[in-house]
Amino acid sequence: MGEASATERDGADTVRGAEAGDGAVIATRALTKRYRGGQPAVDGLDLTVPAGSVFGFLGPNGSGKTTTIRMLMGLIEPTSGTAHVLGRPVPRSARAVLPHVGALIEGPALYGFLSGRDNLLRYDAADPTADPRTRRARVAAALDRVGLTAAAGKKAKAYSLGMKQRLGLAAALLQPRRLLVLDEPTNGLDPQGMREIRGLVRELASDGTTVFLSSHLLDEIEQVCTHAAVMARGRLIVQGPVADLAAGARGRLVVTTPDTGDAARVLKEQGVADVVVTEDRVTGEVPGRDLAEVNAALVAAGVRVRGFGAERASLEDAFVALTGEGFDVAG
Amino acid sequence: MSQAEAARRTSPLWTLGLFRSELLTTFRRWRTLALLGVLAAVPVLVGVAVEIETGDGPAAGGGGGAGPAFISQITNNGLFLVFTALAATLPFFLPMAVGVVAGDALAGEANAGTLRYLLVAPAGRTRLLLTKFATVIAFCLAATLVVAVSALAVGALLFPLGDLTTISGTRISFAEGLARALLIALVVAASLIGVAALGLFVSTLTDSGIAAMATTVGLLITVQILGQIPQLDALHPYFFSHYWLSFADLMREPVYWEDLTRNLGLQALYAAVFGSAAWARFTGKDITA
Repeated sequence: MGEASATERDGADTVRGAEAGDGAVIATRALTKRYRGGQPAVDGLDLTVPAGSVFGFLGPNGSGKTTTIRMLMGLIEPTSGTAHVLGRPVPRSARAVLPHVGALIEGPALYGFLSGRDNLLRYDAADPTADPRTRRARVAAALDRVGLTAAAGKKAKAYSLGMKQRLGLAAALLQPRRLLVLDEPTNGLDPQGMREIRGLVRELASDGTTVFLSSHLLDEIEQVCTHAAVMARGRLIVQGPVADLAAGARGRLVVTTPDTGDAARVLKEQGVADVVVTEDRVTGEVPGRDLAEVNAALVAAGVRVRGFGAERASLEDAFVALTGEGFDVAG
Repeated sequence: MSQAEAARRTSPLWTLGLFRSELLTTFRRWRTLALLGVLAAVPVLVGVAVEIETGDGPAAGGGGGAGPAFISQITNNGLFLVFTALAATLPFFLPMAVGVVAGDALAGEANAGTLRYLLVAPAGRTRLLLTKFATVIAFCLAATLVVAVSALAVGALLFPLGDLTTISGTRISFAEGLARALLIALVVAASLIGVAALGLFVSTLTDSGIAAMATTVGLLITVQILGQIPQLDALHPYFFSHYWLSFADLMREPVYWEDLTRNLGLQALYAAVFGSAAWARFTGKDITA
């Protein structure tokens, strides 16, 4: 294994040099794909994925995420625009770039009549830069990493969906990668499996691998990603660090109290705008002044306060604010 | 950049790993083994049928239509079962098996979704196509040899072996007969290259393995039927099956080469035309499966 990683790290330098320019692992300009005679599936996409980030690629089903990923992997020719991965143009330089990229695209695909191990041996043999002398060791390490060592000899058709998903991930981890593209990696997994995959993603990211993660699950993105981009109907709506995106949707002050009428009056006096009363909760925009003083004023006015605090905006709030619609829109 | 490129330390030989993997994958498929099993059974059937038929007395020439002058000689020399079995399987069983394997080559991978993972590995489209073509040709050879070896075994078991008489009436030794049988098997395998190239091209057109297999086998049957229609005489020399039975000319003394070379030339033409078409289609195709 040690011998293998030395070889591959040298290989990685090949691409690193070319990319030194802007530090983006993925950069697209006006990337557009129009399938024959239809609406554009991806329309004028300008995407920048910084090196070392865990980049969440969000959007409802049918928003163009998978088409974008297929263009980045050289499977689909863009109608117009350009895409660079690891500093080199795709699909033109795909064969130089892809050995440094591990990918899980639209779920795993396996040879059902081959064992899990033989599936990985086959995918590794397809990579002309993979050393056959270390193949078995690398396959064993990848199986171990996703927890499939015990099931490695079983035919893949007997695998559960979760096991297939893990085997697909193992295929993406056959070599040390500089970029991992994971399209809906937790699809079909139980909560325990999802937690493990997220743990694995964090672990890989801490080794310096850039992870490009597509998902339609907002909390998944919020839990693991440093950056995110949101797509809807083929267009990029926003991209940036997750913290900035969430901050874009302002948090709200929430007071829980049985004396809602008094509380609302006091909050207005204290300069809180947009006060809304719902059952035993009074909410409003977070005021510019110290929240401790607002709380003291409530108590001084005899309002019985059960709960008081600023609620952080979630990425979901940000999404709703950006698109003006719910997230689970059918494509 | 160039310095780093050198540091990559990959070997050009590693590219052959895909071919090896492809061979293993193809020959471990249950379907491939079933096809080879059927092919191995044909000489057994022919051999047993001839044995039963001639149990009462010596065969009186002009037997089965497919193997000119061969089938009647089986009882005298088991080696003739090789020629008879190849003549019996070449019109349909062998090309059908090749059509199934070639048609499924890319469409089957697309159907299963494994194609996208091979391509992002990255296998490279031209490299993958060449590997698939080489594997289908290896299958042509394997299928033909399965028929020939099975026929030789059955022939040796049921009938006497020894010196044999060529179509021209001269005698050749058993060893030379065996060498000619091997040569005939190679020519028969080469005769299947046209179907292989055609099937591979069809395979690039669709994402359904079944559709590609059915189309290829359908084309095969159509060409065989058209080949029987005398009004289409002018077209016949361009059908991939037109010179198939010319392998019998290897049993003449001296060997009559004209149709043999025409057959090989025609197969090469099919490989060039449909190979190029498959390449153009496959390298420019959006992989959405």
